[in-house]
Amino acid sequence: MIDFLNALVLFANFVFVPGLAYGSQLALGALGITLLYSILRFANFAHGDLMAFGTMFVVLLTWWFQSLGLSLGPLPTALLALPIGVAITAVFALLTDRLVYQHYRKVKAPPIRMVMASVGVMFLMNAIVRFIIGPNDQNFFDGQRFLIKARAFKKATGLNEGLAIKASQMLTVVVAILLVAALFWFLNRTRTGKSMRAFSDNEDLALLSGISPQKVVMVTWIIAAGLATIAGTLYGLDKSFKPFTYFQLLLPMFAAAIVGGVGNPVGAILGGFVVAFSEVTVTYAYKKLFTYLAPQQWAPEGLMQLLSTDYKFAVSFIILVVVLLVRPTGLLKGKVI
Amino acid sequence: MKKFLLASTIMAGLTGAAFADGHELKMGVILGFTGPIESLTPDMASAAELAMKETAGEVLDGKTIVSVRGDSTCTDAAAATAAAERLITSDGVVGIMGADCSGVTTAIANNVGIPNGVVMVSPSATSPALSTIEDKGFFFRTAPSDARQGQVLADILKDKGITNVAVTFTNNDYGKGLEASFKAAFEASGGKVAISAAHEDGKADYSAEVGALAAAGAEHLAVFGYVDQGGKGIIQTSLDTGAFEKFILADGMIGESLIAAIGEDLNGTIGTLPGSESAGAAKFKEVASAAGLAKNDGPFMPESYDAAALMILAMQAAGSSDRAAIQSNMMGVANAPGEKILPGELVKALGILKSGGQVDYEGASNVTFTDVGEAAGSYKELVVKGGKFETVKIR
Repeated sequence: MIDFLNALVLFANFVFVPGLAYGSQLALGALGITLLYSILRFANFAHGDLMAFGTMFVVLLTWWFQSLGLSLGPLPTALLALPIGVAITAVFALLTDRLVYQHYRKVKAPPIRMVMASVGVMFLMNAIVRFIIGPNDQNFFDGQRFLIKARAFKKATGLNEGLAIKASQMLTVVVAILLVAALFWFLNRTRTGKSMRAFSDNEDLALLSGISPQKVVMVTWIIAAGLATIAGTLYGLDKSFKPFTYFQLLLPMFAAAIVGGVGNPVGAILGGFVVAFSEVTVTYAYKKLFTYLAPQQWAPEGLMQLLSTDYKFAVSFIILVVVLLVRPTGLLKGKVI
Repeated sequence: MKKFLLASTIMAGLTGAAFADGHELKMGVILGFTGPIESLTPDMASAAELAMKETAGEVLDGKTIVSVRGDSTCTDAAAATAAAERLITSDGVVGIMGADCSGVTTAIANNVGIPNGVVMVSPSATSPALSTIEDKGFFFRTAPSDARQGQVLADILKDKGITNVAVTFTNNDYGKGLEASFKAAFEASGGKVAISAAHEDGKADYSAEVGALAAAGAEHLAVFGYVDQGGKGIIQTSLDTGAFEKFILADGMIGESLIAAIGEDLNGTIGTLPGSESAGAAKFKEVASAAGLAKNDGPFMPESYDAAALMILAMQAAGSSDRAAIQSNMMGVANAPGEKILPGELVKALGILKSGGQVDYEGASNVTFTDVGEAAGSYKELVVKGGKFETVKIR
């Protein structure tokens, strides 16, 4: 029985808790991608760098607040900076839409051209972020680091294995739940949300019934920018902020959106967790877990690790390819919103 | 346009050469001023430049050695090679103090240093592979090979009764070389490496790596990485998840920035760093403080000072700043016979050489070259105590 509890705690500590936090971060990013896809009808390759851009402002504001002596006590100061960061990023996203994407909508360009334009925007944002904050690791976490410390957990329970829950992990999950709830309420209950869904279902019909396309596009960008900034900030608080890693997040986020079914918000969330948990479970070494669960004489010699951790990103690729081959619509039917 | 560029390059080359014929000779200092050990390199460079300052106006017939810095980046072989190329061909340096990390050092030595016949003395490249490169006698190092460090680490663990460790190493020449020599030495002395896994530098998240390391069931984690990079991330994540609390660090991980980042959880960590507590080491601290250096006791600072000093003495022994002549005198000034020379006594040594005598440079790190031109190597055994690295003993 004790062995079983130990195994459970071990699994929670190294697989479940990190996977849950990472999955929530991916889900928020994938939601933005899916929304943009269903309303503006193109895959936004600049999303990873939009995250980096927003997070950069949050980091800068956090440093400023810290120097002023502002703080939220046990919570990270970054939460205070977040709303302003979201606002700045939203303005920036609207600006890129006005300067770049609006033109392609006006000439009714095929989606592939918008995708290529977004690649250009991606490089631009990439450069701006590196220009302002530099390519290095930045740490902006403050406040209380742990909810449960591994050592304290061991002492309290008497188990062999410790369970650590970082405040940033808890924060990520809570914020993600609140945000997703708010988003679904918005899409299903408000007039603007309903007009967005109508617009994504059938653009011409929506136009005929008097829905303003400008407004729908604007609201979509604001929501996507907000989600990206919040996801980026949570990721940065939990791990660390480095522009290049945000660029790399693009792949798992796209994998998440496609696995769940592009254009389907529930799918994006599901996809985020599928990708996150696949990455963590496939690269985890199960030797210790197995030793707890199986009889002594079965103890394995090897590490029981399917893939070396070096191949973590390959997992997103494999999932992406398999889903596109076997079930191109994604797990949940990718019907638009 | 092309002709103009060519002409100006030649002019620059000529003026450089003309300048070198005056009162100054240039020496290259190639270190990773950007990249994974950027917090260590400024002090290393100023230690090397200290040797140049000390001998200002005294070398050969009243010449001063000035340093020309180049960025090795520590990881990018192409960038490092380009930097070395610039120093050798356009600045016309007499020798190179550097490079720092093993991979870029090998690249520079093979692509630029050896083909051009320029002496390179690395203060910190420790990969065992560098002992056997075809260097035609032009590559030296004041840092010992990791073949030795692996053995020393294994000895320390044996003395402490630690028999089962997990090992993670940075995925490059330095990490792999050290891992291989440690594993061989540790297993030969009866220890067991439960898991040995590489990590990539520059990632945001190391929880998967730490999860795999922890699963092997060892209590101690040996980290052969870089202090400003993945190594720090691995240690932070290990402590966060409670996977490991006891660490064993190799030289690339020794730096005050690690303690500043991790804090008191690091107490009890053991590590090794090339160096000694000899009279020379103490003397170096004095000389460095007197010269107003920011630090007098950083990782690889003594080795950097020695690397520059050796080249200056070899030049004096040769009686010329000819690159090949410097090379043929390196071994002579580093090893016996001759009068022992400690830091701060470089001018005295130059005097002895000028009057036809011999010197045996001991320097800050107790230099004695083996027949392949690398330091035989003594190591400090360190332990983190009260937020500082303290030397336990010399091995």
